Amino acid sequence: MKLLVTVKRVEDPESRIRVRPDGQGIVTDGVNYKMNPFDEIAVEEAIRLKERHGGEVVVVSLGGPAAAAELRAALAMGADRAVLARHAGALDPSGAAALLERLVAQERPDLVLLGKQAVDDDQNQTGQLLAGRLGWPQATFASKKEGLESPAEQAREPGLALSADGARLRVAREIDGGLETLELELPAVVTVDLRLNRPRFASLPGIMKAKKKELREVEAGALGADLSPRVVVRRLLEPPARAGGVKVADVSELFQRLRGEAKVV
Amino acid sequence: MAASEELTDYMGFQELLGDEERLVRRQARQFVNAEVLPGIERCAQEQRFPRDLVGRMGELGFFGPTLPPEYGGAGLSSVAYGLLMYELERGDSGIRSFASVQGALVMYPIFTYGSEAQKRRWLPRLARGEAVGCFGLTEPDFGSNPAGMRTRAVREAGGTWRLDGAKMWITNGSVADVAVVWARTDDGVRGFLVEKGAPGFTAPEMKGKWSLRASVTSELILDGVRVDEEQSLLPGARGLKAPLSCLTQARYGIAWGALGAADACYQCALDYALNRIQFERPIASFQLQQEKLAWMVTELTKGQLLALQLGRLKDRHLATPAQVSMAKMNNVDAARQIAARARTILGANGITGEYPVMRHMTNLESVYTYEGTHDMHLLIVGEAVTGIPAFRP
Ligand SMILES: Cc1cc2nc3c(=O)[nH]c(=O)nc-3n(C[C@H](O)[C@H](O)[C@H](O)COP(=O)(O)OP(=O)(O)OC[C@H]3O[C@@H](n4cnc5c(N)ncnc54)[C@H](O)[C@@H]3O)c2cc1C
Repeated sequence: MKLLVTVKRVEDPESRIRVRPDGQGIVTDGVNYKMNPFDEIAVEEAIRLKERHGGEVVVVSLGGPAAAAELRAALAMGADRAVLARHAGALDPSGAAALLERLVAQERPDLVLLGKQAVDDDQNQTGQLLAGRLGWPQATFASKKEGLESPAEQAREPGLALSADGARLRVAREIDGGLETLELELPAVVTVDLRLNRPRFASLPGIMKAKKKELREVEAGALGADLSPRVVVRRLLEPPARAGGVKVADVSELFQRLRGEAKVV
Repeated sequence: MAASEELTDYMGFQELLGDEERLVRRQARQFVNAEVLPGIERCAQEQRFPRDLVGRMGELGFFGPTLPPEYGGAGLSSVAYGLLMYELERGDSGIRSFASVQGALVMYPIFTYGSEAQKRRWLPRLARGEAVGCFGLTEPDFGSNPAGMRTRAVREAGGTWRLDGAKMWITNGSVADVAVVWARTDDGVRGFLVEKGAPGFTAPEMKGKWSLRASVTSELILDGVRVDEEQSLLPGARGLKAPLSCLTQARYGIAWGALGAADACYQCALDYALNRIQFERPIASFQLQQEKLAWMVTELTKGQLLALQLGRLKDRHLATPAQVSMAKMNNVDAARQIAARARTILGANGITGEYPVMRHMTNLESVYTYEGTHDMHLLIVGEAVTGIPAFRP
């Protein structure tokens, strides 16, 4: 089976993020970058599917040349080859989905795996928009029955299971208050949630082998997709600084304050 | 304190790294955060080596990664290897020591001086962590001066050798499946592979250390041990320069590794100083504490740049043993002083296992002494610049 997996380069959530004084972006000085953690889970799941059923894992990234580092990281985990669609400037979810649609047409995967969202702007739209454009079935928030997987759990039934004839995929997905299981006809689009798996560390031999794997660069503009943003970011603001808490004497004072000061009841 | 995601890089030395070097470091850091830091303090308190980490480190290729792939290595650059040591020692000097011994002191001599059959037999298993090795050079009466060693190997009829003697302070000794033992012969110093369980060979553990408590240190006792020449004698190793060449490899890794321990102490002290309030202000706002922090980050930064250039020289086969000595000496000494200053910033908390600082500080006392004491490296650099050896009067 052929799997296409998205790998986005994002600001490391552990870095200290500050808004530029002009509100037109963030201060990139001293910020570290890494693979979107949800995409890392998608790469791990793709590699596990390949290990069980054979096939090929192609990782794709949309953005500047620096994203090659995150693609190499995915290759080091065990992906087979990488495509970087180079694009300077902003790309909103509809632009990303349009671009991915073109890459899907080129690569013809059986399954596209994406993180449910990227931890930079938390949009949670690209997978859904892509499925809509392709007219493919989709399952969002693929997950697993229990919390973070133990070794025993890993050996048990996976969150994504391929049918014996290879034509359908069963996906457990997170919904409010539980899990729902969907069965999709392939080709399909699946976005993954936090609890699906725990991504492996790349081994040092894996990292060295990744240097020799194919990383193809294409100009996003040359793919003929409409990349003009539907959503424009006008200004970024720091969240207001948290004021210190207050102690209330009793419940009636609490209600008084909630009504009078906070105006929430 | 939460496991920190990034190393201290005041002068941007990471700009000088290649993509795979960065990736190696990041993977090693994540491994240490996830699998070393949660349990290491307890291991040190209980004087217990975390044996379960060996298999995991082997799977990830942490042992002998600069060796070629056909022997289980990854063909890593020296700089990437150094960064691996940095991250491992940020966890604990004992974990880095394990990797140093396995890679630089056991796999390296087998790779460099062993026969093809010895290489095939041992290197892949050592790389995967399925076998553990140790390196026996130091003796009770011969530390800085290994040329005086008393352990003897005598060739007997029928292609066997007989080994007699005692080694001391041997990292991994009691847990090793194979010991690289250096012994005096009629033909000068030679190296032998001695396997666990060989009749006459025992490796009792030395207890009661206040340093490297999460690492096994042992005696090796060789009492008429008979070994087969073909399996055991390292054919290419002749003279003391063979074990010394292994030490040069390991010292290079230590020059990086010690900075990892120093970085952990510095980050911990900085964080503590910013959050600890005395006299209504964070203690980081007092000039006396700032002097310590500024000194610490400056020494750490100088050490990183020194180690990096040494690594680049090493990859071009240009690094001299005296340059390696300079880096080991300088960086371990800096780390030792950084740890001691960090401890003072933490006040009473600094002496507890709630913070990693005292553990690193006491570990670094071993690192300062083993692989050539600080003083010996000064003498080596002294000889290199004056041309006059000052080791004996
Ligand atoms: C935890 C630990 C693990 C170790 N692991 C190993 C191992 O795996 N394999 C192994 O072979 N060894 C190992 N060692 C031994 C280590 O390498 C020796 O301890 C070291 O070489 C110093 O030898 P020594 O302890 O006998 O000190 P000595 O040589 O007795 O030195 C004592 C002091 O005298 C100074 N001194 C000695 N000679 C001179 C001189 N000419 N001029 C000026 N000063 C001098 C030294 O600098 C030092 O300050 C380990 C040691 C420790 C503590």
